[in-house]
Amino acid sequence: MYISTMRIKYFGIVREVVGSDDIAITPGMTVGEVRALLLDRYPDLASLKSLMIARNQAYALDDEVLGPADELAIIPPVSGG
Amino acid sequence: MIECKILPTSLSVDDVYQSVVDPTCGGICLFVGTARDHNKGKSVIRLEFEVYESMAEKLLSEIATECASKYGVRRVVIHHRSGPVGITDIAVIIGVSSAHRAAAFDACEYAIDQLKERVPIWKREFLTDGSYWVGTRP
Repeated sequence: MYISTMRIKYFGIVREVVGSDDIAITPGMTVGEVRALLLDRYPDLASLKSLMIARNQAYALDDEVLGPADELAIIPPVSGG
Repeated sequence: MIECKILPTSLSVDDVYQSVVDPTCGGICLFVGTARDHNKGKSVIRLEFEVYESMAEKLLSEIATECASKYGVRRVVIHHRSGPVGITDIAVIIGVSSAHRAAAFDACEYAIDQLKERVPIWKREFLTDGSYWVGTRP
């Protein structure tokens, strides 16, 4: 059973790929580990031009460690304006 | 003065203009981005914008603050639509006011260029034979 204790938001094409799946993301993981987990579970994401991860509304580096109150967002290539 | 908003309703050029008018400023630059009816040789029927609102407003404010510090402009206002946008409807308005025109032109261009690169907003194009997320694949 997967229990995600983190708030994770998906957008655009990532939202369509992931759907309503539960992803086992927990405090203490790094952003890089989250990325690897997503790419492993959804290999199609590797064909996107970019896959950024935001932590508390800021783009995150792969070595950042997740805290329990963090809000994560998976950010496919942006196309505003 | 900086004001950045994501709005689910029609944008108003006059609202943005009135927000950047300033007695110390002789130059006002407005950029308006509208939905056009074609992309890469195909007819586009309409657009939809998905927005990560909390982060988008935060990054728009960062960009607007950068405009002020890089170009010395006085006021920066950015409004962006969320949800459906019809052809010729307004997707984004950027308003900048400064004492003189050069800084206003430069800051306005900087703001839209940075928005398109950094802000978590996603455009879905609806064509006659389906729809797709713009710019997702190389």
